[in-house]
Amino acid sequence: MAAPRISPGSVIDGFTVDSQVHRGGMATIWAVKKPGIDTPLIMKVPRLAEGEDPATIVGFEMEQMILPRLSGPHVPKFVAAGDFRTLPYIVMEWIEGKSLHTRLPDLPLPPAEVADIGARVATALDALHRQQVVHLDVKPSNVMVRPSGEMALIDFGLSHHLLLPDLLDEEFRLPYGTAPYMAPEQVLGQRSEPRSDLFALGSLMYFFVTGTRPFGDPQTLKGLKKRLWRDPPPPRKLRPECPPWLQEIILRCLEVDPAQRHPTAAQLALDLRTPGQVSLTARSERMTQDGFIAAFKRRMDLDHILVIDKGPAPGDAPIIMAAVDFNTLGDAAAEAMRATIRQLMIAMPRARLACVNVLKLRRIGIDSTLDDEGEHKHLQRLIELRHWARPLELPDGSVTFHVLEATSPADAILDYARANHIDHIVMGARERSAMRSLLGSVSGEVAAEAPCTVTVVRVRAEDGAAP
Amino acid sequence: MNGDHPASRKARPVQIAFLTDIHSNREALTAVLAHARARGAQRFVLLGDYVGYGPDPEWTIETIAGLVAEGAIAIRGNHDEAAVGGVNGMNSNAAQAIDWTSRQLSKASLDFLSKLPLSVIDDDRLYVHADASAPHRWLYVVDGEAARHSLEAAETRLVFSGHVHVPAIYGLSNIGKLTPFRPQPGIAIPLLAQRRWLALIGSVGQPRDGDPAAGYALYNDYSAEIVFHRVPYDVETTAQKIRAAGLPAGLASRLFAGH
Repeated sequence: MAAPRISPGSVIDGFTVDSQVHRGGMATIWAVKKPGIDTPLIMKVPRLAEGEDPATIVGFEMEQMILPRLSGPHVPKFVAAGDFRTLPYIVMEWIEGKSLHTRLPDLPLPPAEVADIGARVATALDALHRQQVVHLDVKPSNVMVRPSGEMALIDFGLSHHLLLPDLLDEEFRLPYGTAPYMAPEQVLGQRSEPRSDLFALGSLMYFFVTGTRPFGDPQTLKGLKKRLWRDPPPPRKLRPECPPWLQEIILRCLEVDPAQRHPTAAQLALDLRTPGQVSLTARSERMTQDGFIAAFKRRMDLDHILVIDKGPAPGDAPIIMAAVDFNTLGDAAAEAMRATIRQLMIAMPRARLACVNVLKLRRIGIDSTLDDEGEHKHLQRLIELRHWARPLELPDGSVTFHVLEATSPADAILDYARANHIDHIVMGARERSAMRSLLGSVSGEVAAEAPCTVTVVRVRAEDGAAP
Repeated sequence: MNGDHPASRKARPVQIAFLTDIHSNREALTAVLAHARARGAQRFVLLGDYVGYGPDPEWTIETIAGLVAEGAIAIRGNHDEAAVGGVNGMNSNAAQAIDWTSRQLSKASLDFLSKLPLSVIDDDRLYVHADASAPHRWLYVVDGEAARHSLEAAETRLVFSGHVHVPAIYGLSNIGKLTPFRPQPGIAIPLLAQRRWLALIGSVGQPRDGDPAAGYALYNDYSAEIVFHRVPYDVETTAQKIRAAGLPAGLASRLFAGH
């Protein structure tokens, strides 16, 4: 049926239409108000005229299905949806702030800023992937920067909810996405791979740090498929200021085989936030594209390039935090903690380990770390952390080390776990002592407040020992 | 908005529990009924095959008849038909179980089974045990083509069936594209209003998708969302009863593996 006309002043299901804020190819967006709702709202109405691309309609159905199932600061808050048979619309939170698209005139951006933007987008993607949704259209205009600095992803018209029917999958033979950012597997029609979003973010970071899109903006399927065999020029070739660690991260995102990319968006965010600890490979030093013959061989042998495995559930590749406290850790306790971590890392080979130690500051004289002694202490703790982890024999790239400086160890551990989307904290129990009964234990406080699983490791008491 | 809007069409949402392929499994049916009632099921729709394979046919029919007396809708399945009218085209284990079942059922239960309809239309939903294009032929809807055939034969927007013992959903868009989907337990799936859907409800009494837990689904007729559930039950007791009744041993062992 024909959609009723919308104009300023119309009232639709209690929403009063204010002004049109955007008119795009797929939808028009109106500012709306409703008594009782104080936050600014927008109403998105699809353009359903005759001859429109049917994908527009299906995309709108998908968004109507997916958005109400999402929550958190990294997506617009869903408010209401209109019945498709009368007037299809979605009302959602109007996100204050601008999209990353507004930064395009400023490109190229300084590498540190690109890494910071990338880390915040990766954090948003991690939140989305944990809700079982792959965005599949990550690009500057679909990333909003909230006034808080948090990134919010918008437009779920091409997205796929891994636990709901995928209407786009069977509907159309063409791959749907945005040409400069689309992952190779997405070009081939695969729509359930969360790491496709990491590829798109890699393209975005490449663009932001070099000012050039890594694969251009091809308009044909043949042009899109070129990214399956032709590697882009390394960012450092175009922008020598791009540090090797950032090139390492970007080119890893742009790997053709999803299995070669970071296992999860959370692990990518962790790398972007800890440049000094990125495990550098040949990618970081590359200054030229592969030769014609190597690329030609890949082109002739496409079937062997892309063996798509099933996308990992985020639980397959967790970030595990080892909170190591040298003051309470005897040899037996240190080994018990390593044994627990070893078991976890064997069970989940794609896990990342973050070894963390808290350097406790006195409440007065906080600036003491700035002096030589403080710096020495910090470095010494890092060395001790590496020494502690050595027997685990973990491969490069799967472990990082961090010394946090704080007055409250429990708060420091909890803040770190929240900021880095830690999935599992492993820490030692404090020895039985009068101090613990008086002050409570750090592990007790962490276990009570943590946003994730906490394992408290304790060496088994000898029989007959005091309880 | 006009009268088509769901808010005006339905005064309040109704939770409908869909159960099918119970197969004389008392323990599984008991567990599913308790689970559905605890989740607010207000109506029951039973999609056939109450008997066959399992050890408690008489109890099962009495229970189903009790639900029908309270307003449930019950459809006829091929095993129900065979228990009344004789075996026709069944494999040997199934035929053996049907012979045994017919001898266990009271006159009243046989009478109840003989009167069940092959299909029922209820609002925008068709209930039928097997393929809607020929309900009496008991064809298995095992792939997209069969699902399309069944949906195209139906006049309602939604079709609910059993018979295959494996949960599945098929969506059909207005341009004729079919989306197959394997539902995950406990996840609400919207049967979007602008397309047609076939829901195959997994089996209560003899699941065949590798999960031995009893299957059923809850449908909310306001939000048009369906949730498939799996309910663990005491398989050991059912299996013992099957062996004690002298039914083929394979009918007991398959319940443990869910195949």
